[in-house]
Amino acid sequence: MEKMGIRPVAISVDSPKESRDLREQSGYTFTFLSDPNAEVIRRYDLVHAGAGEGGRDISRPAEFLIDSSGVVRWVNMTENYWVRARPEQVIEAAKTLE
Amino acid sequence: MKRFNWQIWAGFLLTFGGLLSFPLFFVRFPSTRDFPWANLLLVALAIVLLVIGLKRAFQRGRSKIAKVMACVLTTLSVAAIGLFLWSFFILAKQLPPSRGAPQVGQKAPEFTLTDTSEKQVMLSELLSTPINGVKPKGALLVFYRGYW
Repeated sequence: MEKMGIRPVAISVDSPKESRDLREQSGYTFTFLSDPNAEVIRRYDLVHAGAGEGGRDISRPAEFLIDSSGVVRWVNMTENYWVRARPEQVIEAAKTLE
Repeated sequence: MKRFNWQIWAGFLLTFGGLLSFPLFFVRFPSTRDFPWANLLLVALAIVLLVIGLKRAFQRGRSKIAKVMACVLTTLSVAAIGLFLWSFFILAKQLPPSRGAPQVGQKAPEFTLTDTSEKQVMLSELLSTPINGVKPKGALLVFYRGYW
């Protein structure tokens, strides 16, 4: 992704510490952001109410490719949370960005 | 003395192996994750074994214990299969409509969030901070469920 000039950013309600642990365990090096009160997740209308631990509001899985001017160029909203975007789909979409 | 009813046990073990291998193994590959056909195949085989095992358990000369055992193993297997099908095909599809989510062509709403080193990060910074000295073409925002 980064070689193509696309910055991957992971966003969830996990705290910075939880994200740090996940990042270290998984070996991912890209940016992880915390939205503990689901404020940004709400702004993007992605709240999955009560679906988290102890009935917490969490994010549904979703991927957005944003170009450097801040415009959305590709969106993937899964219909089933076991099913996520495949890297090929993202790479295909990323090719259209200048 | 009747021979050991291996089919019922094999069916039972294959059911759980077939189901647990989804989160533990098959979920790693897109081709076996997007639709759990590998697991459904294993489970179908398990059902065949269970049916044969049940038939054997109810043959004449089998003890009552063998019959009860066969019923218990079959019930547990069927319950586990039901739970799996329900979680994959019903529960996992219970997602919010998200009609207000940013659409292609729209401006992505600006935000400021905390990164793993407790630093505040803005979307506009993510879109402008160079990657290895080169201005980025864009960013891929991956929203995920988090630890649950």
